[in-house]
Amino acid sequence: MDLHYFAELFLGGLTRGSIYALIALGYTMVYGIIELINFAHGEIYMIGAFTGLIVATVFTFAGFPTLAVLVIASVAAVVYSSCYGLTMEKIAYKPLRGAPRLSALISAIGMSLFLQNYVLLAQTSDFLPFPSLVPDLAFWEPYAHIISSQEIVIIGVTALVMVLLNLLIKFTRMGKAMRATSQDREMAMLAGVDVNRVISLTFVIGSATAALGAVLIASHIGQINFYIGFIAGIKAFVAAVLGGIGSVPGAVVGALVLGWTESFFTGYISSDYEDVFAFIFLVVILILKPSGILGRSQAQKV
Amino acid sequence: MMSLIEIRKSLLVSVWFMFLTFPILVIRVNTVESTIQWRWGNMLAVGAGSFLLSFVWRHLIRRKEQGMRRQREGAGLRMSIFQRIGEDRRVYLPALAVAAVAVGVFPFLVSMYQINIMTTAFMYIMLGLGLNIVVGVAGLLDLGYVAFYAVGAYAYALLNHHFGLSFWICLPIGAALGAVFGILLGFPVLRLRGDYLAIVTLGFGEIIRLILENWNEFSFGPSGIANIPRPGFFGVEFSLLAHTRYIYFLVVALAIFTIFMVNRLQNSRIGRAWLALREDEIACQAMGVDKVRTKLTAFALGATWAGLAGVIFAGKTTFINPASFTLWESINILCIVVLGGMGSIVGVVLGALVLVLLPEYLRAFAEYRILTFGCVLVLMMVFRPGGIVSNVRRTYQFEGPDSGDK
Repeated sequence: MDLHYFAELFLGGLTRGSIYALIALGYTMVYGIIELINFAHGEIYMIGAFTGLIVATVFTFAGFPTLAVLVIASVAAVVYSSCYGLTMEKIAYKPLRGAPRLSALISAIGMSLFLQNYVLLAQTSDFLPFPSLVPDLAFWEPYAHIISSQEIVIIGVTALVMVLLNLLIKFTRMGKAMRATSQDREMAMLAGVDVNRVISLTFVIGSATAALGAVLIASHIGQINFYIGFIAGIKAFVAAVLGGIGSVPGAVVGALVLGWTESFFTGYISSDYEDVFAFIFLVVILILKPSGILGRSQAQKV
Repeated sequence: MMSLIEIRKSLLVSVWFMFLTFPILVIRVNTVESTIQWRWGNMLAVGAGSFLLSFVWRHLIRRKEQGMRRQREGAGLRMSIFQRIGEDRRVYLPALAVAAVAVGVFPFLVSMYQINIMTTAFMYIMLGLGLNIVVGVAGLLDLGYVAFYAVGAYAYALLNHHFGLSFWICLPIGAALGAVFGILLGFPVLRLRGDYLAIVTLGFGEIIRLILENWNEFSFGPSGIANIPRPGFFGVEFSLLAHTRYIYFLVVALAIFTIFMVNRLQNSRIGRAWLALREDEIACQAMGVDKVRTKLTAFALGATWAGLAGVIFAGKTTFINPASFTLWESINILCIVVLGGMGSIVGVVLGALVLVLLPEYLRAFAEYRILTFGCVLVLMMVFRPGGIVSNVRRTYQFEGPDSGDK
């Protein structure tokens, strides 16, 4: 086995894992706070990609330079995805607080179907080419055969987002409120935490990171359609569960592990069974350690 | 004054939605020809629509909250119409008779296309009732149910292809294989609870589908298996129409058999054990219910019906490929169970009819079909979470000494 091939797979897995991590964050944070599998999260990601594409195209036609377009498109995607996340929470999940979990799950599935078809009808069912927004960095040219500058940007942005998010959760007032809400919602409410605001904020943050991931990955892959959210959502969800759902560092670890697993399995064994490996890996991990890699196993209270 | 505030609220909502839908509904870019299309009309429609709908929404939410308050104050649970139909002999015997006649006469009145749709609906009744055992009764959220359906369908297709086994031999084999796979899935997930269970079953369903798709030597890959013989009837040759009718009655018979069995199961010892397991696992174990055995039987019995339905599906369509067994299919069946009313047999039957027939007859609005379906799911869960027929468990009421027999 030559080292170069190994490095290629390793970095490929790292890029893949970074993207999964950005999407998985939304799952894991929402789950941590209201114990809901937000099935429509993948659709938020897809809407981010579409908003990014539309805004980028409009501004490119208006003659803006690439870097400005990248920034404007990313900001627009983040803002719109956040707003969609917020609205979705208000319509589909807030009235269901306290209802059985299965109801919320079905509601999420309904939302996911709705958003998918909304984009399908309003835009198109075809694959749309996504412009390559991330420029080739000049100083990176000598190493570009190992890892492209786009991939570097993806990995860098992910790392930055993770660090910022961790700081937010650990050190700010809002982060404290979030941790309190995830531990015990009623107790947090009694202690004066505005739980509704915390929940809204969680949706906003999760949607924003997903939108960021969407713009980055779409400009890396080069095409999008209304269905991309589904697969990405499932994979990110697997990553979140793998790392221990509800835990932010867990989501990152789970996403990276999933990215590497897929990358190495497809690289060394067979590309036909890429998704099978991911799922078998998930099943094995959950059977050996049901709370995920970094999840704490909770003692069952009677 | 009140209405002024209301109007302002609705105005805000409509502005918000106009902002929200702006990039996706208004702008359409064509990156190939480098053109941008602005569709301002859509924006107006969204604004006006959300303005009106927000009134309705708030009204419904208010009514729901009032209803919840009334319930808490102990106005007593009112039985729904369906519940009363189910309980009262004088109502349900004639209703049953009418339904039986309707089902019996149906295939002789309508076209083959309609018969096929109805057959599908009855197949989904079987699938829904099977999943109802796992999700509704035993409370184990299973998102990979379609895997067992696929097992049944491929069992018939492959056994027929390689060994020439007939439909009637494969029917029990498919059911048994379904049960075996149910236990295979059940063993590793015994320790998992709630959402973890959901994701592992989801993974299991995807694994089965992906294997079927990629293992060309075994399952003929994505192109699937064609020319599967339809079920025979003592070697009688049928015309296509007669055969469709025959399959229809076959499926109806099996669906009735399913309803009968599930009904008996629910009131049996094992059915009560499932209910107990759903309500409280620990208390249930403390009462001496064998958790492992109870869970495994739930998985196995649930999967059996999927296996049966799979064999019929293969026999009915004469062609199967992995694309029929995606996660959406699992979700569709789950929606039947939840929309119909979890744990309630009448509910699941109605749910299956609604979810299969409605999309079929909404084909006129084919484009908006799934959009509407998604909306209905959300609204249903928000305003009527118990499903069409919510299952009211049998309760015993203590009567005071003076109201008792004298």
